Amino acid sequence: MNISKQEYEQVAKKHAGSSKMYITIPKAFLIGGFICCIGEFFMNLYQYIGNDNEKSAAFTSITLVLISALLTGFGLYERIAKHGGAGTLVPITGFANAVVSPALEFKTEGYVLGTGAKMFVIAGPVIVYGIAAAFVYGIIYWIMGLFS
Amino acid sequence: MDIFMEYVRAFVVGGLFCAVGQVLIDLTKLTPARILVAYVVAGTVLGAIGWYQPLVDFAGAGATVPLTGFGNLLAQGIRKAVDKDGFLGIFTGGFTACAAGVTAAIIFGLIVALIFKRTDRTRQE
Repeated sequence: MNISKQEYEQVAKKHAGSSKMYITIPKAFLIGGFICCIGEFFMNLYQYIGNDNEKSAAFTSITLVLISALLTGFGLYERIAKHGGAGTLVPITGFANAVVSPALEFKTEGYVLGTGAKMFVIAGPVIVYGIAAAFVYGIIYWIMGLFS
Repeated sequence: MDIFMEYVRAFVVGGLFCAVGQVLIDLTKLTPARILVAYVVAGTVLGAIGWYQPLVDFAGAGATVPLTGFGNLLAQGIRKAVDKDGFLGIFTGGFTACAAGVTAAIIFGLIVALIFKRTDRTRQE
């Protein structure tokens, strides 16, 4: 088939389905909000069994990552993500999915350069720039400490 | 009733973070990786200037579960480490703070990759 880039974009747009913002944004809101409520539930649970705030938050992250990893393994997270959009991307479950999904996907390329390397395709940049931002803040905070 | 409102706050604030992300995706065509990077950096900056913690106190998991909460955790970790260890804390604080989440993602990712087979070839994005 011989079509120009513009024509392709038009065709692609037509078939993109529910890319209308009045559908995608409420969906992202509802699904993202729901995931946060699951987080709130585990947060309460871990506090209830006697952990402080910080530990409960860490356990909650671990739990959500585990749930997301399992759902990704069963191929279910992608299905939810089709509707959730940013609602399944922005929570920590989306970060976990971004690690687990390529880890599984690229298993065919081996455990070292497939799974081991590709699991950081998205998580890598997140960690790099997160740590870098925190590092800059650390320098500022340390210098401020010298003068106080 | 208190507990109900707690969940409402988590739902609304967490939902809003995601809705903003969706607006960014729909309007700017930012890729998921860029959105996540932006959220973490934004969370770190907001955590550094002290604007994020009040939101965590208000919305609980609604603020900690989105990746901005991850960024806030980094800023907090840095602050705590510098208070404790001084200059060395600049180098240790970030990874210490995010260790639980990142280790969980790596380990569970590895286990899932070992056990599961990819049955559905359709990839996200």
